[in-house]
Amino acid sequence: MDYSYETIEDILRLCQEEKLTFDQVVLRNEMNQFERTEEDVLAEIDRRLDVFEESVKEGLAIDSHTPSGMSGKQAKQLEAHVPLLLGKLAYKAMTYSIAVNEANAKMSRIVACPTAGSCGILPGTLLALAEERELSRDALRKAFLIAAGIGAVVTERACVAGAVGGCQAEVGTAAAMTAGAVVGLLGGNERQIAQAVALCFKNLLGLVCDPVAGLVEVPCVKRNGFYSVHAITAAEMALAGIKSQIPADEVIEAMNRIGRSLPAALRETSDGGLATTVTGKAIAEHVRNL
Amino acid sequence: MISIFDVIGPVMIGPSSSHTAGAARLGKMARAIFGEPITKAVMTLYGSFAKTYKGHGTDKALVGGLLGFDADDARLKDSFAEANKKKMDIFFLESSEDMGHPNVVKFDLYNGDDSHKTIVGRSLGGGLIMITEIDGFPVEVTGEDYAIMSLHNDQPGVVAGVSGLLGEENINISSMRVFRKRRHSDAVMMVSTDGPIDQATLQKIEAVPGVKRVMYFEPV
Ligand code: SF4
Repeated sequence: MDYSYETIEDILRLCQEEKLTFDQVVLRNEMNQFERTEEDVLAEIDRRLDVFEESVKEGLAIDSHTPSGMSGKQAKQLEAHVPLLLGKLAYKAMTYSIAVNEANAKMSRIVACPTAGSCGILPGTLLALAEERELSRDALRKAFLIAAGIGAVVTERACVAGAVGGCQAEVGTAAAMTAGAVVGLLGGNERQIAQAVALCFKNLLGLVCDPVAGLVEVPCVKRNGFYSVHAITAAEMALAGIKSQIPADEVIEAMNRIGRSLPAALRETSDGGLATTVTGKAIAEHVRNL
Repeated sequence: MISIFDVIGPVMIGPSSSHTAGAARLGKMARAIFGEPITKAVMTLYGSFAKTYKGHGTDKALVGGLLGFDADDARLKDSFAEANKKKMDIFFLESSEDMGHPNVVKFDLYNGDDSHKTIVGRSLGGGLIMITEIDGFPVEVTGEDYAIMSLHNDQPGVVAGVSGLLGEENINISSMRVFRKRRHSDAVMMVSTDGPIDQATLQKIEAVPGVKRVMYFEPV
């Protein structure tokens, strides 16, 4: 049996035809394509989930700034604050996502998912949800598989690098992977997972990549926090049965087209946007003279 | 099709796959090519490497690589202290020269006063790298697979001789490229293989008529 897929629609079809869940399709395809046993694939997932957990812890413990002075200690600051507006889950997801990205900025070990700049959203949100809802390791493995399946489609059909498609490709993909995984974790079916992907992506199209001083800190670190909440919003809508008029695969295609038509100045070159503001340029100068 | 572990992965030390993970791999590759204890390393940085290396920890990652650390080794952060312990002197120079690529580093590695090698490489993004020059000699080494590079006289029979030898040893060639600077000048052959090549085979390759020099690279 061939479980290979190129589109989200392919995965949905395989779910229906084979009476499988989204994560099972992704797992079986990985086993087939790379001739690995289920045990082997799950063990590898576990190793990455371990790094997820360590990176949240390391990020929360950071008590100094990065060499540029742009980040560090923000996760700690958020943890010390009692949320006045956000619910407990969204607040924790935001805090943990920022923690992982700060750990990245401070040269800790992280898992690129799909990239280093967007490495906070998936682990931060999943681990916050796991804590709040007391989810098992096995549930997290399934969430990992769903997220990876979504990310694989975007990687194959579009792009996930800020230099190619702007931040919508990087943080956008991370958020869409997370939105789908959250729906799966809360018992949504494969159609709802696909809806979450479409809703999530649709509402961040055009997001540009303009990192200050060329470093993965501003806007990246806080952006991971913002888009974890965005992913939760998309998941909530999908779980409520809200449908995107444009199907996920077409939204992904639109994201790709938009990304490739963005000017180079807004694709990781730091030649535009926030990077060329008065303050952005001053920070870049400071970093050059460190 | 892409593996799920390339989507959610690699496991790496942040903050940047090109400026940190790639830098560590460049350092590790340079260490392997030098093949001797390093007492002094001078690294010249170009382009974006020169502009952002302190913010990205590119300097620490390069030195970590020279010490043999992998791109996911938590010790990268503290590589300067490790280098100090190992009595490796490290220096960084920034250059504004245009090297034709944004992320370029030149290593000058020394083992006391006896030996010195100059190795140039670039970070291609996503942790991928390429060594482009060894002692002024153009090469293309990615550190992704086992590879040999040979320098030979541009004469018939050399390519067949080398590939025949690998065939006899049952070593599968995954890619092969031959290029030269001018017609009948020295030619360079890059051969990537699926598995390692042992010392005896390398010596036989060196003995193929026309072959002047053979370099062997293992993946990093
Ligand atoms: S702004 Fe650019 S570098 Fe920062 S997270 Fe987005 S894509 Fe990555």
